Amino acid sequence: MKADPRNVLTGAHYLDGNHAAAEGAIAAGCKFFAGYPITPSTEIAERFAQRIPLVGGVFIQMEDELASMNAILGASWGGQKTMTCTSGPGFSLMMENLGLGLMLETPTVLVNVQRGGPSTGLPTLPGQADMMQARWGSHGDYEVIALAPDSPQETFELIIHAFNLSEKYRMPILMMTDECVGHMTEKVIIPPADEIELIERRYTEKKPGEAWPFEDYGEKIAPMLPVGKGYKFHITGLTHDYKGYPVINAQAQETAVRHLMDKVRKNVDDIIWLEEQDVDGAEVVVLSYGISSRVVQPAIAKARKEGVKIGQIKMVTVWPFPEKRIEELAKKVKSLIMVELNYGQVFYEMDRCAHGKCRTYLCGHAGGTVHNPEDIYQTIKEAIK
Amino acid sequence: MNTKLAEPLKEQEHPMENLLRMDRIPHIWCPTCGLGTTVTALAAALEQLKLDLNKVAVVSGIGCTGRVAGYLKLDSFHTTHGRALPFAAGFSIARPDMKTVVFSGDGDLISIGGNHFIHSARRNLDLTVICVNNFIYAMTGGQVAPTTPISANTATSPHGCYEHPFNLPLLAASSGAVYVARWTALHIRRLVASIKEALMKPGFSFVEVIAPCSTLYARRNKLGDGLSLMKFYHDNSVIKHGADLNEVNIDFQSKIVVGKFVDIQRPTYIESMNEGLKKKFGDKYKPYGGVNGDN
Repeated sequence: MKADPRNVLTGAHYLDGNHAAAEGAIAAGCKFFAGYPITPSTEIAERFAQRIPLVGGVFIQMEDELASMNAILGASWGGQKTMTCTSGPGFSLMMENLGLGLMLETPTVLVNVQRGGPSTGLPTLPGQADMMQARWGSHGDYEVIALAPDSPQETFELIIHAFNLSEKYRMPILMMTDECVGHMTEKVIIPPADEIELIERRYTEKKPGEAWPFEDYGEKIAPMLPVGKGYKFHITGLTHDYKGYPVINAQAQETAVRHLMDKVRKNVDDIIWLEEQDVDGAEVVVLSYGISSRVVQPAIAKARKEGVKIGQIKMVTVWPFPEKRIEELAKKVKSLIMVELNYGQVFYEMDRCAHGKCRTYLCGHAGGTVHNPEDIYQTIKEAIK
Repeated sequence: MNTKLAEPLKEQEHPMENLLRMDRIPHIWCPTCGLGTTVTALAAALEQLKLDLNKVAVVSGIGCTGRVAGYLKLDSFHTTHGRALPFAAGFSIARPDMKTVVFSGDGDLISIGGNHFIHSARRNLDLTVICVNNFIYAMTGGQVAPTTPISANTATSPHGCYEHPFNLPLLAASSGAVYVARWTALHIRRLVASIKEALMKPGFSFVEVIAPCSTLYARRNKLGDGLSLMKFYHDNSVIKHGADLNEVNIDFQSKIVVGKFVDIQRPTYIESMNEGLKKKFGDKYKPYGGVNGDN
C-alpha cells in the first residue's frame, strides 16, 4: 500500500540525517516512538516529538533505554508501527530486549547513531564499532538485519525500508547510522506519498480459537494475531512452541532458534542489498558501509586515475553478511579491503568468507573522525602490490 | 448381591474455565502458594465486573508470579525480568480501549523493575498493577528481595537480612499512584473488591498482595506450613483503611496493616497529553485515542 499523505512532508528539505530518520519513520506510518536522550541520536526523538501530535501518534520519553525498547515492543503488539533511537551506551542497554523482540517476532525499528566507544567514549564523534554488537549483542543465537545509510537522503529512504522489512520478516530491524550521517545536513527530497510503498502488517485470517501466534513454526513466518479481538493468545520470551506456550527442552529450542535463523538465512537474496561499482574485472575491491562508503571515494578515484583496476561495494545491508558474494569475489580479485571506523569487525567476516583465496586488508581506526582518504589510498597501494 | 457399578461422575467444567488456559493446567506453583488465590481473585473481579474479556490484557515479568500471564486466557504477554511495566506502557498507550493488567512479583516490579515502577506511577499510566509480595525471590530458590523483612533468612541473607525493605504502598503512593491497597492472600473477598476498584480506576492503580511462600520463605524461617501462614495472617492482619502510609512497613512476623490506602483522581497519561496538546494546538489537535482512535 501507499503512504498516507498526511504523514509525508513531500518536498525538498535541508535536513540532517537524524531529522531525516524521524521524517522517514513518520512517512512509514510510525505512530509510537519511545526513547531516551543520548548524544548523538537525540535529534531523532526531538523531531518526532515535535511532529507527531498533529500526525496522530505518541512520543514518550521513557525513564531509560531498557524501558524504551520494551515500550516499542508493547506498542507494536498493540498494533502500532514503532521505533526507538539510541547510541553507544543506550544500545548496550537495549540488547536484552532486542532479544525479546526477536524471540517474540515483533516488528519494530531500532536506530543506533554510532559514536566512539567503549563506555561513554566519544559522545559527539563518530564510530562504527557497534557492528558486532548489532550482530551478537543480545545473548543466544539469532540473526539480525542491519542497514547502514551514508547520507540524510538515504537515511530517509532506508528507514522506510527498515519498517517494511520489519513487517515482512516480523522482527526488529537495526538501522546502524553514525554521528557523521546523523549530524550532516544535506538536501533531502521527500517524494509524494503515492511514491512511497509500504508493507502493512499481516494479520491472521483465521478465527479466534483456530489461530496461533507462531503458526507453522520452523516453516513459515506466521501472520500476527491482533489483540482485543478474542484471540486471547499468549507469547513469552521463554523458548516456546507454535502456540506461544513455553516448552523447555532441547527439541523445542532447536525448532525455535532454527526458525529465528532461517527466516533471515533463507531470504538473504531478498534482504542483502549491495551497491557495486566497477567490480567486474577489478583486481582490488573496497568494501565499506555508512559514512565510510563516502570517505572512500577520493581514494578510489585517485587509484583509478593511476590505472588501478578498482571496484567498490557499498554495503547498504551489513547483516546478514553477503557470504556468497564475498566467496565469489575472493576467487576473482587479488585483494579485498574493508574500510570501517573500528579495529576490525565486519572485516573479520569478509576475511572469513574469502577462505584465503585472496588477500584481505583492514583499513580501520578507533573512531572519533572519519578516515583520512590518504590512509585508504595507502591501503589500496599495499593491496595491489 | 447388587453388582451394578456406580454411575461415573459427570465431567464438570472447571469454574474458571473461561479464564484459564486449561491446556496449560496443572500450573507450576507449589501447594499452599498464594498465587492460585490471587489469580482466582482477579478472575472473580473480571467475572463480577462482567468485563469484555476480549478487551483485557495481562502482562507479566519473570518469576513465580511472572508465570501468571501464561495461565490466563486473555491476550497475555510474558516479558523479560523487570520489564512488564514498560512493555505494558507501550501496549496501554497503543490500546487505551483495553484494560491492561500488570501481574508480577515484588522482585520483578520493585527491584529490577523499580525505576519503571516509580515512573509508571508518576505518569499515571492506565494500568492495574497487582504485585504479589512473598518477601523472597522464589523462582530462583529463595534469595533476598527488596521486601525481605529485617532479620529474615534467605539463601543470600543466610545470617538474616540486614537491608531495610521497601514499604510498597508508601512507594506507590509517593510516586503518584491513584489507587493503593494491600491485602493478604487470606482476605479473598476484600482483595476481589479492591481489584475490581483498581480495574475500574483510570490511571495507575496498585494492589499489593501479601502471599505465602511455604516452600522457601516459611521453610527457611521455620514459620510452619501454608496453613500456619494463613493463620498468621488471620491473627496479625490489621485492617486500617486510609492508614498513614509511613506506618504500614512490614517487619519480620510483625502486624500487617492491610486496607485501601489511596483512592484519588488525577488525569491519566493520555488525558494529560491530550489536554496539554489541545491547549497548544487548539482545534488542529485531534485527541489521541490509540490504534482504534479517530486518528
